[in-house]
Amino acid sequence: MIYERTWSWLTAASTWQGPQGMGVRTGIYLWDCLLTLLLALAIALPLGLWIGHTGHLRQVVVAFTGGMRALPTLGLLTALSLWMGLGLGAPLLALTVLAIPPILAGAYSGVESVDPRIVDACHAMGMTGWQTFRMAELPLAAPLIVSGLRSAAVQIVATWTVAAYLPIEGLGRYLIDGLAVHNYPEMLGGSLVIIVIELVVDGLFALLERAVVARGVRLERGMAGATSSRAQ
Amino acid sequence: MSWLSSQWMWIASLAVLHFRLSLIPVLVGFLLSLPLGWLANRCGRGRSVFLAVVAAIYAIPSLSLLIALPSAIGTRILDPLNLEIILTLYALALMTRTSADALRQVDRQAIDGAQSMGMSPVRLFFTVRLPLAGPVMLSGLRVVAASTVSLVTVGSLIGIDSLGTLFTEGYQRSYIFEIMTGVVLTLLVALVLDGLLVGIGKLLMPWTRLKTTHHTQSSHLDRTAEMEAMA
Repeated sequence: MIYERTWSWLTAASTWQGPQGMGVRTGIYLWDCLLTLLLALAIALPLGLWIGHTGHLRQVVVAFTGGMRALPTLGLLTALSLWMGLGLGAPLLALTVLAIPPILAGAYSGVESVDPRIVDACHAMGMTGWQTFRMAELPLAAPLIVSGLRSAAVQIVATWTVAAYLPIEGLGRYLIDGLAVHNYPEMLGGSLVIIVIELVVDGLFALLERAVVARGVRLERGMAGATSSRAQ
Repeated sequence: MSWLSSQWMWIASLAVLHFRLSLIPVLVGFLLSLPLGWLANRCGRGRSVFLAVVAAIYAIPSLSLLIALPSAIGTRILDPLNLEIILTLYALALMTRTSADALRQVDRQAIDGAQSMGMSPVRLFFTVRLPLAGPVMLSGLRVVAASTVSLVTVGSLIGIDSLGTLFTEGYQRSYIFEIMTGVVLTLLVALVLDGLLVGIGKLLMPWTRLKTTHHTQSSHLDRTAEMEAMA
């Protein structure tokens, strides 16, 4: 019953058309998510790589990223919104702040996970710190960096839904507005669309994670796989 | 400030409720992650696929799931049970990989030794494998606990009371102090739960107290960083 009504709501032309239709709202939603991801990336990636390469500030940042997990998104959103006023500024800031820890963690743990013998070998060959970073550490860290990006992206997509508690456009409107007037087909339909987007984003980043594995590592794994089972 | 002095009983009851709402999913999620993690390790080549599928649950947005679940299992939308089930699923999604990894990294020699003494597989699991996997599991569980405490607040959007209620009410009344109170208390609940888990860990695994604290501390931090990136 509820599923039939949701289906007819989802397939109705009126749901998709117009300035507040699903098409426009999906566009706005994806744009907001992309903007947040790029902002967080611009801050967290250089910082994380630098920490991984030099080891500076490590303890501070590790404690910080751990503690950030318990920081409630909704609290940050509502507090910033009262403080900064209406508009996109408050949710954008809140979501960027929350997306920084996973990217940071992926970047520094990625660089740190590089076998120190490889780094030593680079130094021994006379490579500079920058060359070591660019030609050895960065390519080897790439899968973990993308893994951090992936969890940031997943979190951003999920949290822009919650951000619709503030008066902003986007797919979250269906959930929050539908709830206000007890329109369950609209809430459920909006939820399903967001779940699909989220799973697609997660899947795309999973593919990217595989794609960025350095060629040398892939070859080595292929050979190791022939003789013994995969290492941890 | 008069708000704080007149409402503190209500605020305290929200904090207790929040703690209870967080505790159950963390514990149930942990218990369910043991058989799932064990099963994953038995899957051979299918292990990584199995773990990836379980982890994908975490990718589903909580608010969407809170709205979609009641129609699927027939509960009322305001039932706190929905929130408990969803948070348990998230805990499970995060914890299964940790449990599987923890059970697998147990020293082969310890298992060989136990087997050669004629220990049954069940006894081996509970008296050798599980205790040796304990410390890694604990550090994963602490990450799960922090994230669960934070997620409980989302329930307030659909009317499930917790410290998150202070966010929605404070926002509607444009009272930033109420929101900040909620944020601080949420962090406090997370801290208390974390302390509780560490305490239980020390009680159940007394040998970890003997190790240098620096070592266990840094291994916990590493695990946290890894889970932050992978979650």
